[in-house]
Amino acid sequence: MTNTWGLRESATFDRAAIAEIRRAADTGVYDIRGWGAKRSVPHFDDLLFLGASMSRYPLEGYRERCDTDVALGTRGARYPLHLDVPVTIAGMSFGALSGAAKEALGRGASEVGTSTTTGDGGMTPEERGQSKHLVYQYLPSRYGMNPDDLRKADAVEVVLGQGAKPGGGGMLLGQKISERVAGMRTLPEGIDQRSASRHPDWTGPDDLTIKINELREITDHEKPIYVKVGASRTYYDTKLAVHAGADVVVVDGMQGGTAATQEVFIEHVGIPTLAAIPQAAQALQELGVHRAGEKGVQLIASGGIRTGADVAKVMALGADAVAIGTAALIALGDNDPAYAAEYEKIGSAAGCYDDFQDGCDPAGITTQDPELAARFDPVAGGARLANYLRVLTMEAQTIARACGKAHLRHLEPEDLVALTIESAAMARVPLAGTSWIPGS
Amino acid sequence: MDTLTATTFDLTTTPLRDVNAALHADGVSGEYVVTGPSGTHNIAVGVNAPVKITVDGHVGYYAAGMNQQAEIVISGNAGTGVAENMMSGTVVVAGNASQSAAATAHGGLLVVHGDAAARCGISMKGVDIVVGGDVGHNSAFMAQAGRLVVRGNAGDGLGDSIYEARLYVRGDVGALGADCVAKEMRPEHVEELAGLLKAAGYEDDPAEYTRYGSARRLYHFRAHNTY
Ligand SMILES: Cc1cc2nc3c(=O)[nH]c(=O)nc-3n(C[C@H](O)[C@H](O)[C@H](O)COP(=O)(O)O)c2cc1C
Repeated sequence: MTNTWGLRESATFDRAAIAEIRRAADTGVYDIRGWGAKRSVPHFDDLLFLGASMSRYPLEGYRERCDTDVALGTRGARYPLHLDVPVTIAGMSFGALSGAAKEALGRGASEVGTSTTTGDGGMTPEERGQSKHLVYQYLPSRYGMNPDDLRKADAVEVVLGQGAKPGGGGMLLGQKISERVAGMRTLPEGIDQRSASRHPDWTGPDDLTIKINELREITDHEKPIYVKVGASRTYYDTKLAVHAGADVVVVDGMQGGTAATQEVFIEHVGIPTLAAIPQAAQALQELGVHRAGEKGVQLIASGGIRTGADVAKVMALGADAVAIGTAALIALGDNDPAYAAEYEKIGSAAGCYDDFQDGCDPAGITTQDPELAARFDPVAGGARLANYLRVLTMEAQTIARACGKAHLRHLEPEDLVALTIESAAMARVPLAGTSWIPGS
Repeated sequence: MDTLTATTFDLTTTPLRDVNAALHADGVSGEYVVTGPSGTHNIAVGVNAPVKITVDGHVGYYAAGMNQQAEIVISGNAGTGVAENMMSGTVVVAGNASQSAAATAHGGLLVVHGDAAARCGISMKGVDIVVGGDVGHNSAFMAQAGRLVVRGNAGDGLGDSIYEARLYVRGDVGALGADCVAKEMRPEHVEELAGLLKAAGYEDDPAEYTRYGSARRLYHFRAHNTY
């Protein structure tokens, strides 16, 4: 037997780096994939809660109330969204996802009383029909953008960017451009579609103010207007969004999922969710609109949220609600080990599958192939998602009660400590066991 | 039109909100005149009824935005994004239009009798646009569907990354945008162009025009067509 003890892999040129160089040399094209950043960055796992002790009084688990409701869009909309739980479903396009997957997201969200969101490519009747609260995205591509759908929406989300690719447009490769997807986007079937990275009719925050007013005028000031940004210059973006008139600011960190983006973009542009939330909260505080009741601007954060602990941490850092994309897809059945053999057949593995752009999803979720899509049952998928959303909520409540909070919204940075210097600096909470917040 | 029977809103005394709310009312019909616009933004946006609206003066951004069914005439100049995302109906600008006229519009007809600035018809998705004068740079950028007619000249980058929209230009065109090429005027194009000119009130000879459209070389994502 060969003795391999003397062999040493390079930390710099590790297997993933070597594989990518070989892939690039083979194909001459950069890698496009779905999912979010896979590298390790400071994240919610680097934070811990300080449970109640002498100075804080816990609430009784299960028995004492710990409320979870949230109102979104209170400052500018005649009809704000009232959600029972603060875990919303992020915008994922019909096109990236099958019609049945979109329907399942609506079913799951509605069952627990939260909202779901359209995506690049317009609103489908399936998701409108199954979604009690539906947020309509207003994207640079304006694919399928239609004032009738705008009027059918419960809120409007002006998308400037996404955490996976701040500054990048979208792409949907030809394999997924079925007749229906093409029709909704007014493009030829089967071509690789690029979605614009800039809005076609406004540039900068002053124009955005006018644009938001236009959307309000068209919808007779009924609907909350959100502004979604990929996390980069989050402090300034949040301030500018509030000045432009946003009712809700959505901040998506670099771990946030995508349907199809260049790998180099996903891994190297934007900042971690953990670093973005305190910046956004600070901006809102300075403007006097953070958790300010009816006059407040609400903050929704997303990017890498998996557990109720993550939800609680995001809220403790200052968000009013969270949004989930990747985790929702997993709850529906994405990366299901039951399809292990099929993932292997397409050169992936259950747990690693990220080729959402290819449309060959064995679980039938990120596809437009009718045979694959038929594997996915929207009713069962919706029920799984509802279960998962309930667990997230119960977990977050468990932590909040332990911290003595009668509402998830009462969680605060003072409830948190950090495990590493980096996360302490980014989250602006002390390193565990010290009173040291680096940089303050 | 017969202004005697029209309802008049004076924007110097009536808030824009009241004007748009009136134009959105259920079953709205007839003729409306909006006076004193003085560059106000978002006039007559989101109208969805077969009404006639005349705006007497210059308008700001997004006038007639997302129009459905209405016939809207602007007697002066229009700011950015006039008739943006229009679905149907007609919008006529007597003067010039600023950037992004009829951006992303899905249907209807926009006529600009003067010049239109940069990005006219950007991401257009089925609208027809007739511009009496020139259009600025990057007009019909990523234009997906619909027709753009330019009676004057077009700036650089015309039709950059264009999909299936058809462009007709009478005058000179600066540097064409990526994947945009001159194409043969076949009889159906002559006929189509004549119809568009007529709809806009012009009687030019279609033979003076050149058609531009997509070479369709960027339709598939390959190493050589990324920058
Ligand atoms: C398949 C997929 C499609 C997406 N499509 C859109 C989209 O159309 N518009 C958008 O703003 N964000 C889109 N996103 C990003 C999500 O809205 C959200 O920001 C992100 O998924 C949150 O991070 P998480 O996946 O870690 O929960 C998409 C994400 C995924 C996974």
